[in-house]
Amino acid sequence: MTIQPSKPWSALDLGDLWAYRELLYFLTWRDLKVRYKQTLLGVAWVVLQPLMITLIFTVFLGMLVRVPSDGFPYALFAYAGLLPWMFFSSAVTASANSLVANAHLITKVYFPRLIVPTAAVAGRLVDFAIAFVILAGLLVYYRVGLTWNVLMLLPLVSLTMLLALGCGMLLSALNVKYRDIGVALPVLIQLWMYVSPVVYPPGLVFAKLGRWGWLYSLNPLVGIIDGFRVALLGGTFNRFALAVSTAVTLVLLVYSAFMFRRVEKGFADVI
Amino acid sequence: MKPIVKVENLSKQYRIGAQEVSYQTLRDALAGVVRNPLGRLRRRAQSPVVWALEGINFEVQPGEVLGLVGSNGAGKSTLLKILSRIVEPTTGRADLYGRVGSLLEVGTGFHPELTGRENTFLNGAMLGMKRAEITRKFDEIVAFSEIERFIDTPVKHYSSGMYTRLAFAVAAHLEPEILIVDEVLAVGDAAFQKKCIGKMGDVARAGRTVLFVSHNMTAVRSLCERVLWLDKGRIIEDGDADRIIPIYTQRGTVVALEQLWEDPSTAPGNEKVRIRSANVKPLTGDGNGEMTIETPLQVEFEFWNYVPEAVLNFTMHLYTVEGSYVFATASEVEPRPRGLLRQVVKIPANFLNDGAYSVAIQIVEDTSNTLCYQADILVFEVSEAPRSGSWFGKWPGIIRPKLEWVSESVTADEDIYEYERE
Repeated sequence: MTIQPSKPWSALDLGDLWAYRELLYFLTWRDLKVRYKQTLLGVAWVVLQPLMITLIFTVFLGMLVRVPSDGFPYALFAYAGLLPWMFFSSAVTASANSLVANAHLITKVYFPRLIVPTAAVAGRLVDFAIAFVILAGLLVYYRVGLTWNVLMLLPLVSLTMLLALGCGMLLSALNVKYRDIGVALPVLIQLWMYVSPVVYPPGLVFAKLGRWGWLYSLNPLVGIIDGFRVALLGGTFNRFALAVSTAVTLVLLVYSAFMFRRVEKGFADVI
Repeated sequence: MKPIVKVENLSKQYRIGAQEVSYQTLRDALAGVVRNPLGRLRRRAQSPVVWALEGINFEVQPGEVLGLVGSNGAGKSTLLKILSRIVEPTTGRADLYGRVGSLLEVGTGFHPELTGRENTFLNGAMLGMKRAEITRKFDEIVAFSEIERFIDTPVKHYSSGMYTRLAFAVAAHLEPEILIVDEVLAVGDAAFQKKCIGKMGDVARAGRTVLFVSHNMTAVRSLCERVLWLDKGRIIEDGDADRIIPIYTQRGTVVALEQLWEDPSTAPGNEKVRIRSANVKPLTGDGNGEMTIETPLQVEFEFWNYVPEAVLNFTMHLYTVEGSYVFATASEVEPRPRGLLRQVVKIPANFLNDGAYSVAIQIVEDTSNTLCYQADILVFEVSEAPRSGSWFGKWPGIIRPKLEWVSESVTADEDIYEYERE
């Protein structure tokens, strides 16, 4: 092994990442274990959190404001949108803060730094899987029949995960140098939720924008969250929005990965 | 023979004030770029640099145990961090031909909420061990740590000794071809330290290469054949441990019985306190006499306190010049008036052994916030007093208290014969 100053843009070295896959597993497992151990209700929170938010939205938006929900019960509609949204937002928040939170590791031991934000996303994926069980229960309760659309679920979850990873890598690296990221993030996440079809159907916005509707699709979560609902509740996929989501995700992922590699060598010096 | 570690012209540069630059907020960065697009470049050029390491060259043969010595800030830790791939060198290169295990801290990644068992796996993975490997060695690790009964207890309930034992046990079972160890033996009790040194000796005997940083010269001397002496980022000696360590330990014996900073702006401290002077003298005669083991000593230091009614206390840390920690003694915690203040602390006679000692002064605010820590502020030698009797060897131990011994008869003289007859 040779150690020398690296070039500004270096290869991703995925082999090194693969060699450390067990550490990725252990870090994910540690995050989950510690998170569940320290709370009174433990794992129950993973389910309670989206359920409570769904309840709040159902009462205020569904019953009082009467936001349309494409003909589905509002509670089901909201939960199906909140699930991918909460996975995405919690994964981005956790991974953006992950490097700073693990500063003590960064300065004491070598491992591919990419593992840290990746483990944060992986941990939230487990939360998502648990919360998904409730959704299955809701589908049965409201007697929603599944269609072949459900096959799109796996690609959609993968896409959400990659998008979260792309954002997380970029933000975590920036957060090492500019701690503003950690402070500004909750506000940005809040904003992002309202420009995504989480509590309202995307059709509302498309109708308002008319021929400028494609602008709305530039938000990669429009295709993802809408697609998620269509996969579960039925309907037709918005192919254009999904294509945009995929393209944005892949470009962001590649850019973030290289940019992360570029700045990671300085982490131990500045963190 | 082909070297296993080859370091060529390795240098590491740090920018002084890099902290201010790097912790700037996004707003400043954006505003700076808008206002003055070239400002960043110019500031880079202006900010002064320090070379933590400069032109380091050395080779290590397989199976060699190399000790790195040098005072604080000499660049030892930076060198280990570069070889461990934690930080990147600025120039130069290092080639390592083998699996590297590095131990810059005991218990990296230990989480207080997790049990000993869970932390063993986590820490092992962090040090680069495979899960199967940890599973295979698990029983051995637990046995080495001597905490079998508590292995399923969260480590937050461990004593610091137990914590260290487990952490070192994991690390000791790492089987790299090149082991990099930084000062981890500075913790833990003496018996366990001995066990760890023994374990590291085993590693070396098994033909693996060890790079070892420590201030404990006894450990360096018993483990390493060869020593690199670093000073201000450069290698000043490279060679036989038995030749270099005596020279190295005696460098500290440049006795400093007093220090005075006339100009507060260059004195150690900060805007709240600054040290003005320090001295050590015997409390006998006119204060200029010899300091022997039978002389009471007085350490005195003066400092400026700029904050009225600041709640301060002071700690004097005493080290042998070889780096063993002798003791720390702390003053009362009290509000102190503004002005030039003096602190005096006395070390009784018949307490220190003969040898050279180094004093560090620490000033703490509100019992928790260290305002000033000045290492090696004084260095003094305690000499042997004329001894009676027929043995004149070096008295062992770090301290040499004169304690009271009581002798009494337990049985009368004639009873001893009774025992022998039975």
